[in-house]
Parts: sequence; C-alpha cells; structure tokens
Amino acid sequence: MKRIAFTTAATLAFAANAAYAETEITWWHAMGGALGDTVNQIASDFNASQDEYKITPVFKGTYEETLTAGIAAFRAGEQPNVMQVFDAGAATVIGAKGATIPVQDLLADNGVDFDINDYIAGVRYFYADSDGKMIGMPFNSSTPIMYYNIQALEKAGVTAPKTWEEFQTVTAPALKEAGYTALSQSHLPWIFTENFHSRHNLPFATNNNGYDSVDTQILVNNDAIKAHFTAVTDWQEKGHFEWFGTGWGDNQTPFEEGKVAMWLGSSGSFGGLSKKDLPFDFSATMLPYWEGVTKEPTQTFIGGASLFAMAGHDAEENKATAAFFDFLTSSEVQYFWHKETGYVPITEAAYEMAKADGHYDRAPAAEVGIQQLSLPGGDNTKGYRMGFYVQIRDVMNREYGRILTGETSVEDAFNAIEAEANNLLARFAKTQG
Amino acid sequence: MKRAGFSTKWMPILLLMPQLVIIAIFFYWPAWHAIQSSFYLQDPFGFGSTFVGLDNYTDLLGNSEYRRVAIFTLVFTVLVTFFSLAIALLLAVKADNVLRGARTYRTLLMWVYAVAPPVAGFIGLIMFDQSWGPLTRLAGFFGWDFVLGVNFNDTAAAMVLVSVWKQIPVNFIFFLSGLQSIPRSVREAALIDNRSATGRFWDVTFPLLAPTGFFLLIINITYALFDTFGIVDTLVKGEPGNNPMTLVYKVYVDGFRGNDLGGSSAQSVILMVLVLALTIFQFRLIDRRIHYT
Repeated sequence: MKRIAFTTAATLAFAANAAYAETEITWWHAMGGALGDTVNQIASDFNASQDEYKITPVFKGTYEETLTAGIAAFRAGEQPNVMQVFDAGAATVIGAKGATIPVQDLLADNGVDFDINDYIAGVRYFYADSDGKMIGMPFNSSTPIMYYNIQALEKAGVTAPKTWEEFQTVTAPALKEAGYTALSQSHLPWIFTENFHSRHNLPFATNNNGYDSVDTQILVNNDAIKAHFTAVTDWQEKGHFEWFGTGWGDNQTPFEEGKVAMWLGSSGSFGGLSKKDLPFDFSATMLPYWEGVTKEPTQTFIGGASLFAMAGHDAEENKATAAFFDFLTSSEVQYFWHKETGYVPITEAAYEMAKADGHYDRAPAAEVGIQQLSLPGGDNTKGYRMGFYVQIRDVMNREYGRILTGETSVEDAFNAIEAEANNLLARFAKTQG
Repeated sequence: MKRAGFSTKWMPILLLMPQLVIIAIFFYWPAWHAIQSSFYLQDPFGFGSTFVGLDNYTDLLGNSEYRRVAIFTLVFTVLVTFFSLAIALLLAVKADNVLRGARTYRTLLMWVYAVAPPVAGFIGLIMFDQSWGPLTRLAGFFGWDFVLGVNFNDTAAAMVLVSVWKQIPVNFIFFLSGLQSIPRSVREAALIDNRSATGRFWDVTFPLLAPTGFFLLIINITYALFDTFGIVDTLVKGEPGNNPMTLVYKVYVDGFRGNDLGGSSAQSVILMVLVLALTIFQFRLIDRRIHYT
C-alpha cells in the first residue's frame, strides 16, 4: 500500500513537472498606461494560445530608461529575451554586434517563414542592416501625419493643405482670420528633420544615410531645410505657427483645446485622440511637402520602436522568442494592436484585414499613416542609422528652440547642429573601433 | 588632558571596518571606475572600447555648450544659495522675536523640507502651466509673458524659484535654532550698547550666527549643485531642448539618455574634483576663520 502511494506521488510530481516545463521568456518594454494594458493583453493572449511558452512583459519606464536598463542587464548577463528599443537608439543596439540575434536569422533558424516583402514598404528597412537584413522586429511603428480640426477648417472655408506653399498662402491666413493658430507640431527633430528629408527624398547623412558604415557625416545643413525653418519663423511671426516647447504634449494640448487648428503628430496618437472627448471632430492627412523642392513627394519612414531578441539565451528560449514574434506578426494581433492604439499594422496582410473589416470606413484618419508609408520610396527614404543619435536629437531640439525663441539665426543653428552632430558621430565611430 | 585609547590597535580598525567597507564599495570603487572610463570611448554594450587619453576632457572643455551649462550652473548655484539663505535668515530673525520656543511651528515647517525634489518640481510645473498656471497668470498680470519650457530665462527663473522655495524651510530652522542659542546676556549687553536693531544685528547677532551660516552655506551650495536634479528633470520634462540645465543633469542626459559613457564619466570626474575643491575650501580656508563657541 505504502509503495503504491509512493509511486502515485512520484507520478503526480512528474506530471506536474511536465505541465510546468513551459519555457519562460521576458519582454522589457516602455509602453505605459493604456498602451501597457494592450501589451499585457497581447502577452496573455500569446500565453493562452499555446502551452509550451510563457512570456512575461515588464514595463521599464521611458524608451531611454528601457534601453539603459537593457544595456546594464546585458553587461551583467541578466538581459531579457526581448527588449523594445526606440528609433533613435537603434544604431546603438544594432552597432553592438553580438548583443542581439538578427530577427530574420532567429525566425529562419526556428522554422518560421520570413519574407521581408510581407511587411509594409516604410517598415521594412528602418531596423535592417545595410544588406537589408531585418535585425529588429518593428513593433509599435508610427509615422508623422497632420491632424486637423474639421470644424476649424470648415469655419475658415479651407481644406487641409497638400503643400507648404498652399499652407502659407491659403490655409494659414484663412485660419488666422477664423481665430485659430494654424499649426503646431510635436518633436521637431522627428517631423521637421528626419521625415522632412524622407518626404522630399533628400539625403540625411553620408554612407547611405549611415547604414553602410560608421564613419558617417550628417547632411542636415542643406538649403531645403534651412529654407523650411526660415519659413517656419516667418509663419511664427505672422501667428500662423506656434511652438509650445520641447515636450510632446506641450504642442498636442493646444490642438486638443481647439486653440490650434492643425497639429503634426504621430499616427500612433490616433487611438489616444479618439478616446479623448475632444470638443470637435478631427481627421488627418499626409504630411505636407514643398512643391518647390519636389514634385513627387516620397514616403516617410517609421518611428516608434522595435523588438530585439537579445543574445545569450539558450536555444529553447530563442525558440520561444521566435514563436512569440510569429504570433505578434500574425494579422489578427497586428490588427488588434493597430485598432487599439493607432500604430500602423506592420504587414500587408494585417492592413488588408483592417481594410476588409471596414476599419477605415469607420475611421479614415487611421489609414493615413499607412498610406503615407506605402507611397513610392526613393534612395533616401528607408530611414537613417546614426550613433549617439539621442544626443544629436538633443542638440537639434536645443538649436530649434533657440531659433524659435529668437536666440539664434537659422544659419548659425544649422552650423552648430552640423558641427556637434559630426563630432558625436566621430566619437561614436571610435566606440566601434 | 587624559586621552581615551584602545589597548590594542586592532580594535579601532575593526570598529571602523563597516564604515570603510561601505565607503569603499559605494564611493571609491565607482569613483575609480568613473576615472578609468573617462579615458575611454566605449560601446554601451561593452563590446568595444578605445583608449582616447584626455580626448573626453578636451572635447568637453572645447565644447561651447558645456561651458554654457557650467556658467548657468554657477549662476544658478549663486542665486539659489543666496536667496534661500537670505530669505530664511530674514524670516528667522523676524520669527525669533515673536516665536520663542514654538516647537510646533518648527515641526510643521520641517515637513515642507520633506517634499521630494521631483514633487517640488511638479508643483512648479502646475503653478507655471502655460495655459492655466496661477503663477503664469500672475506674471501676465504684471505684463510678463511667462512661458515655462519655451523661454530659457523663464525656465531658469522657475528653476531658481522652486529650488529656493524648497530649501528655505531647512535654512529657517537652522537659523532660528542658531538665534535662540545666542546667550541672553549677550543680547542684553548689546541692547545697552546699541539702540539700532540693524546695528545690533550686524555687530553682534550675525557674527555669532557665523558657524550656523557657514555650515548652511556649504549645505546650500551642495544642494544647488546636486540635489536640484529632480527639480530640473521635472521642469524640463526629461527633454532639455533649449532650456537651462545644471552640470549634474548633463551627466545624466549624456550618460543615461545618450549612452555616451566616456563623455559622461569625464563630466563626473570634473564634478568630483569640484566637490574635492569645495571640501578643501571648507576645511582649510574658512573653517579657521569662523569662531565656534
């Protein structure tokens, strides 16, 4: 009798062990608030979808904090399996060869089909190396678009401008007449610099925008962008444009309050704006361009962040990571993420699913980002790769702030950005040596 | 005078060990690392590092932005130290006349000191909100178009104001205690000698307050240089842009946000030298000239 009990207990223990033999992986991310809830939802859906793997999402603070935490953990050998890294930090993590497993290799090694052409055009190459191999899995991808207050435009009797020429001669004066500040915009380096270059297919840095090699020089000091900023200061003087500070929300809030008629923000803000009870109806359209610079405006590229599979884990865990990426890129999950947050679906299939479901008939503004990302591309539209780019952005923010508060001239500001950025790039090149 | 002593030389060392170990682990070791990495440029993930000698230092000293931040830090420190000491002293002298032994009042004031710097910064953010901040409106009433986060000088003013506001209570408590420890006989003698309250203050009270004042001076300089980090971070919302920042904040911006480990290590070493200089100044130059009773 005793013997039987013992055997039963042993069998039970063994069975319990087998049941718990699922591979556990962790995912560090920077998605707070409602976005964090959606991330948790995706993780628990993945855990429920099968019983071999279990993923645990961990919120690590802002993008910068998550990257710093991930780097510190990597140096201590305690890195998570999946880490979210934002656009400006991409060069740091991709530059550190051996820190991550290229997502394309990870998927291929674990028997998951991968074809880069399944992804939306503007999404494909931002997190890829110079050969076009995808290193990071695009996750929360967004692109700058122009939101507008429908009632304000109706009141002024204008439609959303397609070009900056139209904006300054027609739209802005009419909106001012109607009692609005025409335009504000969040994140000057992202919208009025990085995507300004891709929208006009202008080179942003040497070495194929920095993808090919680290001894890169920035090409930001060019006539097109200087003319743009000169125009912006002119708009500011006329009361057609207002700048409320470096913080993202500083410039979004006046739009939400109905003070500013048009706001340049992220396509990923769509979900948040829809959930707010705004005192007006809003819609969105593509980023305007200068007809004087190009007759054929090109696509923009993605911002936001991507997921990197950190190196240094055993094969079983990597398999789990691959399975999670497979789940994440499925059309259902991408459509869910897109619908909840406004970030673009990263695959063509998910986009088709959203179309078929009538998502864009209900909310046309939700499609603008993806349409803009799917425009024809050019040599300079796939993104950029520059080291110490977070600091370069800080330099840009500083100099732009000075331009807009009259502390410096456009010419001096761009000279300063060029000099400091090149110094930082040269320093970064040394870290890779 | 009889000297208290230990019979063996191992006993004092043993007793000092815990403290020494803590200092070694939490100060000397990281400090050594900072000095070491300030001579390198390294990949954040630790894959590659290049010895660059003094390049990180020469880069900093040749960088006009770093000089600008250093100058701002100097002005900021002088303003914060001066105003938080001067206002606290004024309040303490006035309160001393009416509030002898009001312990409750003291305790209540001390609580304000317990407000964490980021919370103080957040209160500042609310008070100076661009569209509905009460202090922004007050400034507007006087014709000052105050725009926190947009205008360099306005943001600087808000930083100084919030930092001073947070530091006044602790200075006040120390000054009040200092005033109350001045012997009654001295005060009475001064009253006979000098009828002018201002004269009595500068001739008798102020010198007797010197030890307290000197201690507070060092504490306040350290506060303005280092402890205002949270206030600066909150007021610039983590994105300094064209807003002012202090040297300590720049270490964070370059090191933690920008992952430039070599550059920010060099900045840390410069700050360590600054603290060392401040300490030497404290003990060698001023301490001897201050009369402690």
